[in-house]
Amino acid sequence: MGRVTRTLRLHGVDRSFGDRQVLRNVSFDVAAGRMTGFVGANGAGKTTTMRIILGVLAPDAGEVSWGGTKLTRQDRRRFGYMPEERGLYPKMTTREQVSYLGRLHGLDAVAARRATDTLLDRVGLGERGDDLLETLSLGNQQRAQIAAALVHDPEVLVLDEPFSGLDPLAVDTVVSVLRERASAGTPVLFSSHQLDVVERLCDDLVIIGDGVIRAAGSRQQLRDSYTVPRYELVVETDAGWVRDHPGVTVVELDGARVVFDLPAGTDEQPVLQAALARGPVRAFRPVSPSLTEIFREVTQ
Amino acid sequence: MNVTQATRLVAEREIRVKLRDRTFLFGTLFFLLIAAAGTILPPLFAGGPSTVAVTESAAGPLRAAGLEVRVVADDRAAEQAVHDDDVDAAVVSGPAVLAMDEAPDDVVRALSTQPTVRLLDPDAVDPVVAFLVPFVFAFVFFLTSQTFGVQIAQSVIEEKQTRIVEILVAAVPVRALLAGKVVAGAILAFGQIALIAVVAVLGLQFGDSGGLLTLLAPAIGWFVPFFVVGFVLLAAMWAAAGSLANRQEDIAAVSTPVQLAVMLPFFAVIFLNDNATAMRVLSYLPFSSPTAMPLRLFTGDAAGWEPIVSLVILLLAAGAFLLAGARVYEGSLLRTNGRTSLRTAWRERETIG
Repeated sequence: MGRVTRTLRLHGVDRSFGDRQVLRNVSFDVAAGRMTGFVGANGAGKTTTMRIILGVLAPDAGEVSWGGTKLTRQDRRRFGYMPEERGLYPKMTTREQVSYLGRLHGLDAVAARRATDTLLDRVGLGERGDDLLETLSLGNQQRAQIAAALVHDPEVLVLDEPFSGLDPLAVDTVVSVLRERASAGTPVLFSSHQLDVVERLCDDLVIIGDGVIRAAGSRQQLRDSYTVPRYELVVETDAGWVRDHPGVTVVELDGARVVFDLPAGTDEQPVLQAALARGPVRAFRPVSPSLTEIFREVTQ
Repeated sequence: MNVTQATRLVAEREIRVKLRDRTFLFGTLFFLLIAAAGTILPPLFAGGPSTVAVTESAAGPLRAAGLEVRVVADDRAAEQAVHDDDVDAAVVSGPAVLAMDEAPDDVVRALSTQPTVRLLDPDAVDPVVAFLVPFVFAFVFFLTSQTFGVQIAQSVIEEKQTRIVEILVAAVPVRALLAGKVVAGAILAFGQIALIAVVAVLGLQFGDSGGLLTLLAPAIGWFVPFFVVGFVLLAAMWAAAGSLANRQEDIAAVSTPVQLAVMLPFFAVIFLNDNATAMRVLSYLPFSSPTAMPLRLFTGDAAGWEPIVSLVILLLAAGAFLLAGARVYEGSLLRTNGRTSLRTAWRERETIG
């Protein structure tokens, strides 16, 4: 399959639990070779969406397609999934259960063993592979969980909060493993409530709020479309005068530093000239909104 | 990979984990020891033929009876030998048999003439055996289905509790998970019983009680298929019960109906086994037929066609319970918030592809 056809697509997915509708017409793409961040508040519908992708829950309406055709169980067997609530068999060794999960996903015994060995080394568990899972630290159990999701070299990766509970070192390991998969052409969908991590990692972004997709697209696209012209100015003395400059809305004022918005289409240079007329200017630059700000704006 | 292959993988894992479980291994070892002890020890304690002190003139019939004869000079020496515990008994003139505290049956038999015995109903079973065999059959089925049933439920709950079930369900059909557990449980249960049976048979041979074996053979022959099908029926119930719980602590609460389905037939067969009408009914009811029908065969009360009809009924019931169990299992496996009611599980399963 080429890149174009290796797209996971959700189209018009609805889902209710009893009277409560948790997903409403959810549609978005997870493109080949890209890391797609999936963000939303608790209870916004991230986990339900992922469970529907994996076939653990059924949609009430709409469908999930892979490469242009409706997902089948055979397709899903080649997906890699890390559920939000973690867990493996406590009384089995890591090596044994990762290899078992590999076999359930269709690998033969030899291939499963080989993939397990490679992967455990890759996530830094090579030494502990023959210990019972319950004897590992939580961080190491989490690494084992990542290995379990990747053992069958999945065609699509769906990871629910893969970074929660990881120490910074483990985050780096996991990030590099995921990047590796993405650059090999695997679509990667991961959810997170740590917006800074998502900001650092994702190529594409899907924002969900109350079961509705609020925004979806590449990170840059989202930035551009949610940017009001905003600037930061640092002068030598007090910057309070900026408040009185025509058209300016001050967002933040802290002594010599000020952040302000201008109405769309307004030229920012007159503000700089006014500042220079009053004395030295240390900094003047446009400010991109952070993911947190975009998130706040679209989910309000 | 199809359902059969997935089932095999699941069953393999269950068996592998169980074979490393110390409780299971020691339990099996314990049963083996009991089986060996129960069959080998009684004949050993019974001892060999008695030694008997006697004067040469009276030794002939005792030798002929295969007793261990010690020739002594006179009756006084014979009596002394008994007092000294050198021999079990002595035969003195009279003839009279001397012994310390227990009449030596074999010596007495050697000296008496016995009437010819003609059995008019040669199938009639020794009353002791007739009491023991039903008990053993019912007990083996009860204990095994209980032990391995609980283990199936625990394994289901473990997967729910650790949440690995979500990964499993995404990878293989839910039915394969259920089937794998039932198959593994049946193989382990049956393997354990077969091992115990082999030890018991060897013990009986060793203890020279082979006659009982010939008597039991047809009943055991029928017990096997009844046991397997009956076990599958109960295993399906245990798995479904396990899937309703969310923590190991809940297992007692969700498995009460299953416990009753095991316990009531057990006591019914134990207490009603000399009531022919009750046993006839019990031998057709799916939960009690695995023990009641082989019993009626053992006592010779059942006609040749009866076990076949009863087995077909049991098979149909097991099939129905497997289907129902699978539906409950599918409906509750992913409900990881608290206990699921049977009604919810039955009505609201996910139709996942």
